[in-house]
Amino acid sequence: MTSTPFKDAPASWDDEPLTARLVLADGTVISGQGLGATGSAIGEVCFNTAMTGYQEILTDPSYAGQIITFTFPHIGNVGVNDEDGETSNLAATSAVRGCVLRAPISDPSNYRATAHLDQWLKARNIIAIGGIDTRALTALIRKQGMPNAVIAHEPSGKFDIEKMAADAAAWPGLDGMDLVPDVTTGQSYTWDEMRWRWNVGYERQENPEFHVVAIDYGLKRNILRCLASAGCRVTVLPATATATDVLERQPDGIFLSNGPGDPAATGTYAVPEIKKLIDTGLPMFGICLGHQMLSLALGAKTRKMHQGHHGANHPVKDHATGKVEITSMNHGFTVDRESLPDGVKETHRSLFDGSNCGITLEGKPVFSVQYHPEASPGPQDSHYLFTRFMELIREHKRSMPAGSVAR
Amino acid sequence: MPKRSDIKSILIIGAGPIVIGQACEFDYSGTQACKALKAEGYRIILVNSNPATIMTDPDLADATYIEPITPDVVAKIIEIERPDAILPTMGGQTALNTALTLFKQGRLAALNVELIGANAEAIDKAEDRQLFREAMGKIGLETPRSQLAHNRDEASAALEFVGLPAIIRPSFTLGGTGGGIAYNREEFFEIIERGLDASPTSQVLVEESVLGWKEYEMEVVRDTADNCIIICSIENIDPMGVHTGDSITVAPALTLTDKEYQIMRNASIAVLREIGVETGGSNVQFAVNPQDGRLVVIEMNPRVSRSSALASKATGFPIAKIAAKLAVGYTLDELENDITAGATPASFEPTIDYVVTKIPRFAFEKFAGADSTLTTSMKSVGEVMAIGRTFAESLQKALRSMETGLQGLDDIEFEGLGQGDDKNVIRAAVSRPTPDRLLKVAQALRLGLDHEQVHAFCKIDPWFLARLQEIIDMEARIKAHGLPKSARQMRVLKAMGFSDGRLATLAKMSEADVTNLRVSLGVTPVYKRIDTCAAEFASPTAYMYSTYESGLVDEPACEAQPSDREKIIILGGGPNRIGQGIEFDYCCCHACFALTDAGYETIMVNCNPETVSTDYDTSDRLYFEPLTAEDVLEIVRTESKNGKLKGVIVQFGGQTPLKLAAALEEAGVPILGTSPDAIDLAEDRDRFKELIEKLGLKQPASGIARTPGEARAVADRIGYPVVIRPSYVLGGRAMEIVHDGHEIDRYITRLSATLDRPSELIVSDRRPLLIDRYLSDAVEVDVDCLSDGKDTFIAGVMEHIEEAGIHSGDSACALPPHSLDPTIIAEMERQAQDLAIALNVVGLMNIQFAIKDGEVFILEVNPRASRTVPFVAKVIGLPIAAIASQIMAGRPLADFNLKTPKLNHIAVKEAVFPFARFPGVDPILGPEMRSTGEVMGIDTDFAMAFCKSQIGGGQPLPLAGTVFASVKESDKARIVAPLEELSAMGFKILATRGTKRYLEEHGVACEVVNKVLEGRPHIVDAMKNGEVQLVFNTTEGAKALADSKDIRRTALLHHIPYYTTLAGAVAVTRAIRALKGDGIKVAPLQSFTSRIS
Repeated sequence: MTSTPFKDAPASWDDEPLTARLVLADGTVISGQGLGATGSAIGEVCFNTAMTGYQEILTDPSYAGQIITFTFPHIGNVGVNDEDGETSNLAATSAVRGCVLRAPISDPSNYRATAHLDQWLKARNIIAIGGIDTRALTALIRKQGMPNAVIAHEPSGKFDIEKMAADAAAWPGLDGMDLVPDVTTGQSYTWDEMRWRWNVGYERQENPEFHVVAIDYGLKRNILRCLASAGCRVTVLPATATATDVLERQPDGIFLSNGPGDPAATGTYAVPEIKKLIDTGLPMFGICLGHQMLSLALGAKTRKMHQGHHGANHPVKDHATGKVEITSMNHGFTVDRESLPDGVKETHRSLFDGSNCGITLEGKPVFSVQYHPEASPGPQDSHYLFTRFMELIREHKRSMPAGSVAR
Repeated sequence: MPKRSDIKSILIIGAGPIVIGQACEFDYSGTQACKALKAEGYRIILVNSNPATIMTDPDLADATYIEPITPDVVAKIIEIERPDAILPTMGGQTALNTALTLFKQGRLAALNVELIGANAEAIDKAEDRQLFREAMGKIGLETPRSQLAHNRDEASAALEFVGLPAIIRPSFTLGGTGGGIAYNREEFFEIIERGLDASPTSQVLVEESVLGWKEYEMEVVRDTADNCIIICSIENIDPMGVHTGDSITVAPALTLTDKEYQIMRNASIAVLREIGVETGGSNVQFAVNPQDGRLVVIEMNPRVSRSSALASKATGFPIAKIAAKLAVGYTLDELENDITAGATPASFEPTIDYVVTKIPRFAFEKFAGADSTLTTSMKSVGEVMAIGRTFAESLQKALRSMETGLQGLDDIEFEGLGQGDDKNVIRAAVSRPTPDRLLKVAQALRLGLDHEQVHAFCKIDPWFLARLQEIIDMEARIKAHGLPKSARQMRVLKAMGFSDGRLATLAKMSEADVTNLRVSLGVTPVYKRIDTCAAEFASPTAYMYSTYESGLVDEPACEAQPSDREKIIILGGGPNRIGQGIEFDYCCCHACFALTDAGYETIMVNCNPETVSTDYDTSDRLYFEPLTAEDVLEIVRTESKNGKLKGVIVQFGGQTPLKLAAALEEAGVPILGTSPDAIDLAEDRDRFKELIEKLGLKQPASGIARTPGEARAVADRIGYPVVIRPSYVLGGRAMEIVHDGHEIDRYITRLSATLDRPSELIVSDRRPLLIDRYLSDAVEVDVDCLSDGKDTFIAGVMEHIEEAGIHSGDSACALPPHSLDPTIIAEMERQAQDLAIALNVVGLMNIQFAIKDGEVFILEVNPRASRTVPFVAKVIGLPIAAIASQIMAGRPLADFNLKTPKLNHIAVKEAVFPFARFPGVDPILGPEMRSTGEVMGIDTDFAMAFCKSQIGGGQPLPLAGTVFASVKESDKARIVAPLEELSAMGFKILATRGTKRYLEEHGVACEVVNKVLEGRPHIVDAMKNGEVQLVFNTTEGAKALADSKDIRRTALLHHIPYYTTLAGAVAVTRAIRALKGDGIKVAPLQSFTSRIS
């Protein structure tokens, strides 16, 4: 895991070409050192302010169509390992389109590391550009919003900049884009792996109390693990699953997952099914995209955000308890609080910008949050929401006459 | 929850004098707390014995008690002030222990005062090793295997349980005092004895060694609603085994996956909840096994700590200020994040987009015989912090901030290489943690050792070793090919933190040429803001650091945004060290406050994270940068882009900024106040001599020896005793008083042995010896004054208690003088005025006089801020540093309408020493400064003021018992009176044979005791048996000094008050009489200064 000490003659100062470019839709050309895979990719440039957990971030399906700027300069310190990936659909290509880094990727130093991040990026065909003033890029995003861009890595250092700029400008962007088909599972499967424990790894849920059906719009693994740890056997269905598909599995509760892209776009086929599921009265829990589409199903509106929320330090206030939880966030769309219809109550709010962070349907065991209670990466303050979901299911089951079927 | 309205007044306890383990970070936290709570409308009562602090400025609290911080004294203050609550978490271990004692004695309940911030149960649980271990077990967290011991037998049993090596941690001590690592049984019992003694509860924890594990700290803040946030994670580069205060550390943690980090985060919060820290900041320390990630909790501090100060400066989150507000009932979401100007609340976790490196600064060279191995007992006296976008940049910036002559990751020599066993030599050097270990690690890599070997020796994480290797590889490239000619590659070098000076060394060029090349390539730094949020939100707070970036498109993005105002740059003092401490930071802060008030934009530059000066709201703009010419000139360049730079103040931060004066002048930067030439004149022996002669003043006879042989001739001509010192060593180092020609020879031999060079090289044309007549039994006097070059105001005349020859920083002194003749005082004032005008002083000046047989001699003149400025300002009730800064900005002194104050009180300043931290070091005073801090005692008469200064300095005075006296021949006559007096007060007198004979001849009854060399039982036995309560021990000559060292060490370790000067013995006798009379009465500073007429 250590590099060999300097033995060869020191390299001269001959200028080596810069082998990567990030070309924004407005024609801005940013040059840097190519890392990871070669080639080019197109996406929306966002930033993430977390200081740990780059592997989880780079494997989060919600980043589909995005190029992630890491604000923390050193990325790759702990390498990558087989345990920390978040992609649930391993058959899909990488959701993340690329990443922007400040420092070069270093050799890993961690007892769990199994590979070098650079190798790993190559293997997943993720293009990275290094040596960039990521703070300046973040400030640019703060001022101008998240730009569309083409990222390219070419060892010769030769680029067709005009074409890259044209491609970036022509790309329609995430507004109105349904990216879920790229990341959702092709077929249903069951899940019983629980949360990671030090020195133990991942154990299986041997005695599930409930059965939950999760609709996969781009599921992070740790959501499934949190559900399993909370006491569930989980059946995962593709994003296109109908209400009938869900109910056929006779779930005790329904989970709407996170995922990428514009909720309104995915909502065109998902929302009608979600509406039917709400009508069953079954307990339902949504996260992120699932939260947004549940809100759409209840009659609220969503809109694209200026710079989005991507990080692991976001304070959220729980209106019920008055307590603040530090959360992991990753979203570029938000539910418009003003549009929440009667009967839908806001439960959580961002203390950064006051945006909506959670809702509940009054009188029904239906709730959702905009942020990521499963964490991974990020603080685990909000794990309680999985317990809350279990309580709702338990209560709902108790209230149902014995032997009755939900419908 | 809004703030509590049921409490109206709050007592804040400070940390007392600056000592190792408890430095000016507690001035920073206490100042923040005072300001925050006063702004909330509470009446603030403050107690702190340290006059050099900003917090004891009279306008910070409603009532400021500069009194000893002991349970009895604090109880007296409570009785007078009747505060509703005590905030004990801002004053380090001192405040916490004092509050806990008062609580346990039932005195808080009796006086109806509540503890806020941390309750007694929580303090106990966190600080008591046994309770802490049980608490951790309860929440499922591991601690290293350990067992408590209260005596040798229990320690023996504990050793069986944990095995060797074993860590010994005394309970309730600060900075690990008395603890250590034992590798063998003998060492084990030695440390046990020391540890039991150091612990106020005679309790030590014997702990399994987790040496070599990775060490982390988490800074946690919790509020009454149980909201918990992590402010900062800190990773120690030096693994377990080195006290975290002595470790090189980085923030944030760099070698943890998110899963491991979240385990640690959850554990930190669980620890706070279980311990019961209801509100405020705490620090939790962990060790992680690098092989398998096993995590154990080491300890927690239920209070604001040195690490909180570091975390505050590293992230911009003001932990102490927020903690103070939480203590009065606010919740985190009700408070704003100042840095983003309230765009975000305080209830979030700062995220940073840079790397912070802290390096401790040591002072082993001041303590002959001290072992420089770093252990679990803290020994550093200060620290620097540096910020860079990458680890390499922040590390190299930190190294050049140290003021130890480093330009960066400089080469270092291994002693003993080339004698056949190089690998073992390197292994020995790299495996022993010492102040310069990191440089040795880098050197081992330069010598070609591979990372695995080096890691095996030093256990430093391979990630850091790889970064060192990258720096070294780049050095090799520069050595081989010179500097690059392209801007891009030059920028890469600069972005790795290489200073121009270091590049010059590597490329064998002059620094000026490197700078010219760099600037001609357009490679200049940009400034980024410390904003708590990685640029997610815009930050209007100008808290900045430099870095080198390539532009996204063209110009690199600089966030400095200099204003169009008229501005003044104030250069701070850099890392605290002996001789340059908090006093200078005090002056810099006052300059900021006063000049901001006067309408200037104030810009602070400093690299010391412990200080008030590096608080983001002390100045208008703060650059957290190394104080080197390169770094400061780049700031000047940036600030000059807009507005008008009126000038730079270099006279307030001690030696550090003064050293930059020449470079600044050369670059055409205006220097405010007294000209650097005048400062140089005062420090140049020949030029100064000329001036003194011109003014018709007197200096002790002096001469210069340029060969070893010449030294004796010069001394013979001047007359003995003489003070002798090498010209090239600063701060009184290697300065000695010698009494005859033989001693001169011995001095030169010793010096040549210490420096490991032949004597011809020790004393030469380039390195002459300076020899001055030593004025025996002279009284030394410090005078501080203000001048604008026309008028001069004498602010303070301080009479030293100890005779001339003891370093002025180590000597106690009284203001106003307690025994000087008014005509002598008037004469000194006249001379001071003449000097101020002659030197054209604009600002502050300090003069040291010696008075011998009614004659006034000038020892030293420093036309700049001195160590005594804050003391004088507190005693005379005038903010002299603030006034000086305005004079420097151009206001005439006459504007301030100052009148010589008539004091109805007297104050004594006493120095505090770190001898207990350095086993084996002789705790005797001399011409080399060795104190770390100071306390002040103030009262209406000298005896009581002196008494308070002794108690405040941690030297409790006995009211009865036995006094041991052993004094040198010349002191015998004058020791009679004080001993007679003590005898009359009921003390028994014990003396060595010679002293006894003399005393009995003069009518003082006493008993005899053996000297150590006269056989047992001897005086040291008697002291160890508790048979001696006070020691007077004055000596002369190297042999007598060596013979009596055991007496002083024993006194130190057994907390027996001891005085090594006659003047001290006389003063303490008066103090004891005063203490036996009315006892200590307390009064706030404001009550003294309001009566000044």
